[in-house]
Amino acid sequence: MASDATIAHAAPVIAPRATPPTTLQKMARRRSTIAFLLTLPLLAVIGGLVAWPAAYAIYLSTLNRRMTAFIGLENYAILLENDTFRMVIWQSCFFAITAVILKALIGFWLAHMLHHIPSKGQRVWRGMLLVPWVIPPALSTLGWWWMFEPSYSSINWLLAIFSVPPVPWLGEMWWARISVIIVNVWYGAPFFMIMYLAALKSVPDQLYEAADIDGATGWQRLRYVTLPMMRNIISITVLFSLIVTFANYDIVRVLTNGGPRDLTHVFASYAFQVGVLSGNIPRGAAVSLFMFPLLAVIAFFVLRGINERTKEIGA
Amino acid sequence: MSATAAPRAGHGLFHKAGSLRAERRWALWSAYVSLVIAAIVMLAPPFYMLITALKTSAEIADLNGNPWIVRDPTLENFAAILGNEMFRGFFWNSILVTLLVVVVTMLISIPAAFALSRMRFWGSQWLATGVFLTYLVPDTLLFIPLYQIVGGLGLLNSIWGLVLVYPTLTVPFCTWIMIGYFASIPKELDEAALIDGAGWLQMLWRIFIPVALPGIIAATIFAFTVSWAAFVYPTAFITRPDEMPLTIGVVSQLIRGDTFAWGQLMAGALLAALPPVVVYAFLMDYYVAGLTAGATKG
Amino acid sequence: MAQVTLRRLVKEYEGGVQAVKGIDLEIADHEFVVLVGPSGCGKSTTLRMIAGLEDITGGEISIGGTVVNDIPPRDRDIAMVFQNYALYPHMTVFDNMAFGLTLRKFRKDEIQRRVMEAARILDITQLLDRKPKALSGGQRQRVAMGRAIVRDPKVFLFDEPLSNLDAKLRVQMRTEIKKVHQTVRTTTVYVTHDQVEAMTLADRVVVMNGGIIEQVGPPQELYHRPATRFVAGFIGSPAMNFIPARIEPASGALNLRLPGDILLPIPAERSDRYRAQGGREVLFGIRPEHLTETRQGRATYADLEVVPEVIEPMGMETLVHFHMDGTRDLCARLDPTIPAAPGQPLRLTADLANMHLLDPQSGRVL
Repeated sequence: MASDATIAHAAPVIAPRATPPTTLQKMARRRSTIAFLLTLPLLAVIGGLVAWPAAYAIYLSTLNRRMTAFIGLENYAILLENDTFRMVIWQSCFFAITAVILKALIGFWLAHMLHHIPSKGQRVWRGMLLVPWVIPPALSTLGWWWMFEPSYSSINWLLAIFSVPPVPWLGEMWWARISVIIVNVWYGAPFFMIMYLAALKSVPDQLYEAADIDGATGWQRLRYVTLPMMRNIISITVLFSLIVTFANYDIVRVLTNGGPRDLTHVFASYAFQVGVLSGNIPRGAAVSLFMFPLLAVIAFFVLRGINERTKEIGA
Repeated sequence: MSATAAPRAGHGLFHKAGSLRAERRWALWSAYVSLVIAAIVMLAPPFYMLITALKTSAEIADLNGNPWIVRDPTLENFAAILGNEMFRGFFWNSILVTLLVVVVTMLISIPAAFALSRMRFWGSQWLATGVFLTYLVPDTLLFIPLYQIVGGLGLLNSIWGLVLVYPTLTVPFCTWIMIGYFASIPKELDEAALIDGAGWLQMLWRIFIPVALPGIIAATIFAFTVSWAAFVYPTAFITRPDEMPLTIGVVSQLIRGDTFAWGQLMAGALLAALPPVVVYAFLMDYYVAGLTAGATKG
Repeated sequence: MAQVTLRRLVKEYEGGVQAVKGIDLEIADHEFVVLVGPSGCGKSTTLRMIAGLEDITGGEISIGGTVVNDIPPRDRDIAMVFQNYALYPHMTVFDNMAFGLTLRKFRKDEIQRRVMEAARILDITQLLDRKPKALSGGQRQRVAMGRAIVRDPKVFLFDEPLSNLDAKLRVQMRTEIKKVHQTVRTTTVYVTHDQVEAMTLADRVVVMNGGIIEQVGPPQELYHRPATRFVAGFIGSPAMNFIPARIEPASGALNLRLPGDILLPIPAERSDRYRAQGGREVLFGIRPEHLTETRQGRATYADLEVVPEVIEPMGMETLVHFHMDGTRDLCARLDPTIPAAPGQPLRLTADLANMHLLDPQSGRVL
């Protein structure tokens, strides 16, 4: 083709063919083939490493400890009878809900504050406030563990300045639970902040100006302009964070490792303890599968929120 | 609740002169006070880790005085941890696993996202939704069956097992945000390329990848940070120290006995956290773009 | 050798919506044809079918004598200019223009020669190293045209290329496009919703509405002899006035009775045409420029008195809006020196030599 490039109509023209299959149909078929090949590795990952293991987990959970016999729902039944596991359910829900609410409120507050300062300085502040999210949580939790350490606790030293007696951070059940939540909130609040800040910035200024002219106070602007405009992104972020927090493992593992006396276990750490450390794979699978119904419900709502948001943006 | 919620000075036309400016100044002040407090809280743990890492063991053990300052800074903890062959092994494992996973993720995500966003085919809508749902499946739900599967392949205690399973953490989200980035490229651009004579693969390689480069950078950063920070899978699959990546290596191997080498531990944790922090410091805008892209899809 | 022929062309979308309902069109070699119509009339769909970007549901398209129904866009030897220009943002102007040639494996020096030639025609030689982001709207438009020119295709396709430009630039680029076409003489199909663009650019204008072709013809013909009410109302700005009327025979002549008991004598030279329509209800169509202030001594002109509601001074003319019983807004074009004020009765003269009488049911011009 390179040689006959000098004249006007040198580009190749495929001769028309009257007989089927037509060239366009061939093209369409070719397109499907290419598309299939391009998505094949993705299908392999989703199918082989997510869908198949998920199904396999269900199968595993119906076996006995040595994986030699089918025992139906026995593992689930045993778990529900077990006081430790009941505590795990309770603690997982308490942990996830409390942590997410705190993260959402603090994140919203910080996003709002950031949005109010001159945009020149926002980058620097945003940069500093996002640091907890950037450090791998397993490693930053080590730092917290050291700060909570009973004999050297630097937090207790600060509290002592205000004459607060030393707190047994990781030694007592409620303090240990609170510690886990504190670390999780510290780690996750910046994520909320960044999401809300993005959402705040997407609210057109004219809406606020119109509200001002209509005589809205600051509170009314928040109530009638900001929140409705951010409703969708708030719910997506909260639901998403609920999944991640609910399934959290790193922080509990490093900070308390389930202790004291198995009182701070959540689903993930308990599943690990039962399934990997104690070697009861089927029961461990059953523990983690208890997360599934809740996650499915949340995922449904997230997806709905995303679709709505896509529609809003598209409209 | 915000600072702007300060009540208006009064109704009607007789506004106190200057009250608007006072209101603004008050809002700005409360914003800065909040941000300073938040920054102190957010930065305290890494700061304290650094202080500890700079202390001698004797100073750490000394219970008198302010633990938040260092009287006698030393780099001996960093020197010790860097001299530790096992720690260097963790580092090398982390680098190897992360690089491989990032490359694999991009090779899977970009073509798939292109096909899903541009080449409508049977089931493409469902697959796109499926990608997002997969992203919502947490690793803690999958690690037990994957433990069995990886064990069945003989890849327990091997970084190759990690390279195999980490894509479950990275591929769904990267594909999802790449679909968003590709979808934001105007349709006319591919039509122009079609008329110019490009095939599908040429279109992907010569138009889509260069145009969506910011999105690809954001996705790469995401894949990098997630692989680097991954904790559940290595904790479950790796028990031999020489195959451990940094996260589990630092947490499990540097903590031994009853008296911890706190200084070395903190130095190790800080060094381990350094790569994502450096990436973040230099590519903050891409990092944030990737973070927020998931919820808005383009 | 590059005529374009559409035969009974149909486009049906999923769900049975027909965007194009079987149109026939012959476009001659070197011709500049403009498809014009309101949004949703099927003009863009038609263009995209010619380009090969939309599948053809029925009928046939041939380019240069070859049926192209089943030929993919890249092999149809066409070039297209898009509304948003669709320039590749990561490539320089040169690379944008050279891309199609590179993909077709042209020689380096040939690419160079063609791009320089096109850049010279479009006067963008000094921009070749820039990226599209650094260009103004008009410059981007030129590059988009350059990309089409270098290919030296059989047919240029333009899809509303000027709608993203501001009014002043649009006029300028309009001239530019016409100049380019006069230089390269490539067969051109141009889609727009702007009838002024259509009139100024086209050798022939194709007016489309609701998926069918209403009328095809040179601009002057469409203006002076519209075939349907749609064409009459679409071509010309401000639009033609339509007033319900009745043809009444009166002692060998014909009168036109308008609302408010106004009688207009139909000129003798038009009477024969309407003789058979005596007593019939019609629509009386007259353009604002043929409805002007009354002056003395013009025989074929007939008077009517109206009360202006809104006066719009345009500088070179003054538009007067009013209405009559049973009509919507009507408009007359006055000499700007005529004093006119809202509410002040005004005598207008209708130039009946340029009137149109239409069938109110079918919309056909009688």
